[in-house]
Amino acid sequence: MEIIKAQHVNFYYGSFHALKDISMEIEEKSVVAFIGPSGCGKSTFLRLFNRMNDLIPKTRLEGQILINGQDIYGKNIQVDQLRKEVGMVFQRPNPFPKSIYENVAYGLKVNGIKNQDVIEERVVESLKGAALWDEVKDKLKKSAYALSGGQQQRLCIARAMAVSPQILLMDEPASALDPISTAKIEELIRELKKQVTIVIVTHNMQQASRVSDKTAFFYMGEMVEYGRTKDIFTNPEKEATQNYITGRFG
Amino acid sequence: MVKFIETELEQLNKEIDEMWVLVYSQLENTREAVLTSNKGLAQQVIVREKRVNAFELKIDSDVEDLIALYSPVAIDLRFVLAMFKINTDLERLGDFAEGIARYVVNKEDSIPLDADLLKELQLERMFDEVLAMLSTAREALRQENIDLTAQVFEKDNILDELNHNSTSILTEYAKNNTEQISQCFSLSSIFRKLERAGDHITNIAEETVFYFNAKILKHNHKALMDDMIS
Repeated sequence: MEIIKAQHVNFYYGSFHALKDISMEIEEKSVVAFIGPSGCGKSTFLRLFNRMNDLIPKTRLEGQILINGQDIYGKNIQVDQLRKEVGMVFQRPNPFPKSIYENVAYGLKVNGIKNQDVIEERVVESLKGAALWDEVKDKLKKSAYALSGGQQQRLCIARAMAVSPQILLMDEPASALDPISTAKIEELIRELKKQVTIVIVTHNMQQASRVSDKTAFFYMGEMVEYGRTKDIFTNPEKEATQNYITGRFG
Repeated sequence: MVKFIETELEQLNKEIDEMWVLVYSQLENTREAVLTSNKGLAQQVIVREKRVNAFELKIDSDVEDLIALYSPVAIDLRFVLAMFKINTDLERLGDFAEGIARYVVNKEDSIPLDADLLKELQLERMFDEVLAMLSTAREALRQENIDLTAQVFEKDNILDELNHNSTSILTEYAKNNTEQISQCFSLSSIFRKLERAGDHITNIAEETVFYFNAKILKHNHKALMDDMIS
């Protein structure tokens, strides 16, 4: 069953037409990768799913984005509630200048959970879920900045997962990480898929092919092709997709 | 700008083509050696089989490097996989040529092959069909022409029929010419090897179509033929 449904989405930065008539559905508890050259609109499209583009002036959306059948740009939508359901992890790890524990507990506290036992349980659960617990269990009170880049990124994933989102958006989550840390993030994505739907933007073709169930190829604001990752990387239907993934683009 | 991977793929293509030419020449010489009982030529085929084996190992190694270093995807991946399998099939064809050449080398000179029997068996035609199949399969790949692969599949049926007929002809002949039983066994083995060679050339054509169309054709020639006709 689909959890995200985009219908005839057009998006503009001022007069620039950044996304052109995009319609797609994303299945619940699947991993979907968005690929395409820089400036093709894949990150813009991703950021529509939790209304991150609302923060950018002079932007305009046409069409609809439904999550669980509800128009997230509808009048009765509370954006903070939406972002609890649709978490996000960015390219560069962005932990808060707080302790490891407080980073994960923060979202819970903001969401009104006061019971310390419940918070602690969720913090431990989230750190374990993000495959970070064994590495930080003895230094929970230390600053998150003391962690390595890969650990910080997993901490950000733990922070996002602590509030039990239904969807996790990842914008190039491993592009600033070394191969070992990247592998850990990819393993984590496979594990997290059991609990959440993941949409990931990546420039790394092999990463897209390793972690995702479906892949969408974007070019100049259009979604050129969307299909099973296995098909996209073995037998794409569109020549543009083939040229891009084989490195012959342009 | 030519991408690194394109240079590597082109190199692999060239190597496969050279392997193809080598194996074709092995089969052609085997044909000549059998039909003219030329032991010297047969011996030459046996010696050159080592080159075929060495070439196969070289191509295998290059394919391994290409996958490890360049991570080909989509049409590139299909090409590399197809070449990898075609390489194995060509090497098997080389084995058949060598195996048949060994019959010629080991044949007793005192018992000449019965020319009428060979004519009835259509041994020469059997060889010619195999060579034509191999040649057509090569052209299909070089020209990226799917119609030519269909011709390969058709020819395989001819080989099956000639091989099938040979069994009854040889059985009948052996009954009436008991001193020739050993020759009959050898001829039967040659037919079987040539029929198997046809199967491997069919595999090559299938891999070629896989590269063109990404259709897995195994055991499904009829579907392809129907597709092409429609």
